[in-house]
Amino acid sequence: MKLVTAIIKPFKLDEVREALSAVGVTGITVTEVKGFGRQKGHTELYRGAEYVVDFLPKVKIEAAIKSEILEQVIEAIEKAANTGKIGDGKVFVFDLEQAIRIRTGETGAEAL
Amino acid sequence: MKSFIRKLIAVLAMFSVLGLNTVPLVAFAQDKPAAGAKADDKAPAKDEKKEEAKPAPTPNKGDTAWMLTSTALVLAMSVPALALFYGGLVRSKNMLSMLMQVFVTFSLVVVLWCIYGYSLAFTEGNAYFGGFDRLFLGGTFDAMKGDFAMAATFSKNTPLYELVFVAFQATFAAITCCLILGAVAERIKFSAVLIFMVLWFTFSYAPVAHMVWFWMGPDAYTDPKVVDAMNAKAGLIWQWGALDFAGGTVVHINSGVAGLVGAYLVGKRIGYGKEAMTPHSLTMTMLGASLLWFGWFGFNAGSALEANGSAALAFMNTFLATACAVLSWMFGEWLFKGKPSMLGAASGCVAGLVAITPAAGNVGIPGAFVIGTAAGLVCLWGVNQLKRWLHVDDALDVFGIHAVGGALGALLTGIFNAQSLGGPGLVTDWVTGKVGSNPIWDQFLIQAQGVGMTIVWTGVVAFIAFKIADLIVGLRPAEEVEREGLDIGEHGETAYHM
Repeated sequence: MKLVTAIIKPFKLDEVREALSAVGVTGITVTEVKGFGRQKGHTELYRGAEYVVDFLPKVKIEAAIKSEILEQVIEAIEKAANTGKIGDGKVFVFDLEQAIRIRTGETGAEAL
Repeated sequence: MKSFIRKLIAVLAMFSVLGLNTVPLVAFAQDKPAAGAKADDKAPAKDEKKEEAKPAPTPNKGDTAWMLTSTALVLAMSVPALALFYGGLVRSKNMLSMLMQVFVTFSLVVVLWCIYGYSLAFTEGNAYFGGFDRLFLGGTFDAMKGDFAMAATFSKNTPLYELVFVAFQATFAAITCCLILGAVAERIKFSAVLIFMVLWFTFSYAPVAHMVWFWMGPDAYTDPKVVDAMNAKAGLIWQWGALDFAGGTVVHINSGVAGLVGAYLVGKRIGYGKEAMTPHSLTMTMLGASLLWFGWFGFNAGSALEANGSAALAFMNTFLATACAVLSWMFGEWLFKGKPSMLGAASGCVAGLVAITPAAGNVGIPGAFVIGTAAGLVCLWGVNQLKRWLHVDDALDVFGIHAVGGALGALLTGIFNAQSLGGPGLVTDWVTGKVGSNPIWDQFLIQAQGVGMTIVWTGVVAFIAFKIADLIVGLRPAEEVEREGLDIGEHGETAYHM
């Protein structure tokens, strides 16, 4: 099993969710996050005062998946979240030791 | 608890000192009736006979309805409009403190107004202060006879219930005090605010309102022989002939300069210039600015004191000048700063409203175009270049918008009042009600004199009042309170739970 974490542009969330469903991902967790990468921040101007905003809003998606569909999942995220511009985000992949469905006690791939 | 009691005693002591200081003024006041008040029960029997023959005019119901409506509109300008406008501009950790300061200052001033403020501002006294004839609003309503005292308007034989005038003016006093809060936002102790407000209201708002607005009313000018005597009883700036329709000097310069003094004395916010101090909700700021515009129709058109042509002119000018200022600020910002911002449009709205205030019923449509457009650009400069020159943390730009816009409006009123420039002119002879125009340059200089007097008066009073508040309770909260936010530290609440 793998845990895929992707940081994407917030307005791409719906497209990514649909693309993930299409390749068989049955559940994801979404968090609104802030951060910076190569895109850096931007400046905001309020009357006379200028502020540099370092952290930009992004969306973090976490999906626990079977190892077999990893390549398809990565490809789906890459395609759906791509705008070609700086700040599109990143995908991180982790090995997942265990998964448990709380209601039934199922474990492993059964629980995903 | 102990420290609270000590503070309370200090505040009460201040009240009593204040009372003692002003006692000599009672001598001036004696038992003369309030502005344009009709002869009341003290009038000798002879007059009563005369009145029987020609019954005293009663208030027009349309005027009364309009003035009651206006009063409620002006209330909405403070709570919630100003509170939201200011609240949106502070960081979320100080949201409630901003709302509380406006809400409580408003209430405090309304109470003081009814105890002694109205009397001090709008009864006969000397050229600077009124008297104590209307303490606790005594004499405005005779419960036994069911008689209401009358106040003057700007037309002969057109009285207004004095209580309506008291209520209308109460909202002016209260919002003026609230305006100052923006300059010292996010870093002043709540208790210091209250002490400052009592002092500043008493020694700056009331006398400036008296100087600019108190006069004996049109009905007092019965004969050319009494003109000089009646003029001499009016407020100082009124005697000079300065025009201020709804409070360019009394409200905006008065509060704007006090705010600047406060921003210097209270000092800069911790992290000013280093940390981001971005407005936490421009949505609320936009709501507040729009509601201010709405309420300002009561403020400006209501200042005609009658539902008449003057009110119509003030209403239209308030509409037009404000829209001009929204556009000019926005285009100015777009041109010089790169982007047209919502905060810019909302600020332009307030700048336009401020500048048209002294001019509202005193200029014509051409004046509204020029004053509104100029206000947007000049106040944009006020919150940028001027603010940098002043090296001050006027947090919400009370000086840059209210003092600068108020002064601009007051000065341009002197120009665009002239009938040759489309203005309505002014009453040159109150005995006959004849209307004419003063030479433009003369009127401009008179306006400048009024502006200068107000700046000096409020500047000095604000300085002393902040110093006294500092001595009694201190102006700044502890550093960790300021860092954590005044909401938690001063009020024990948070605005948002998310």
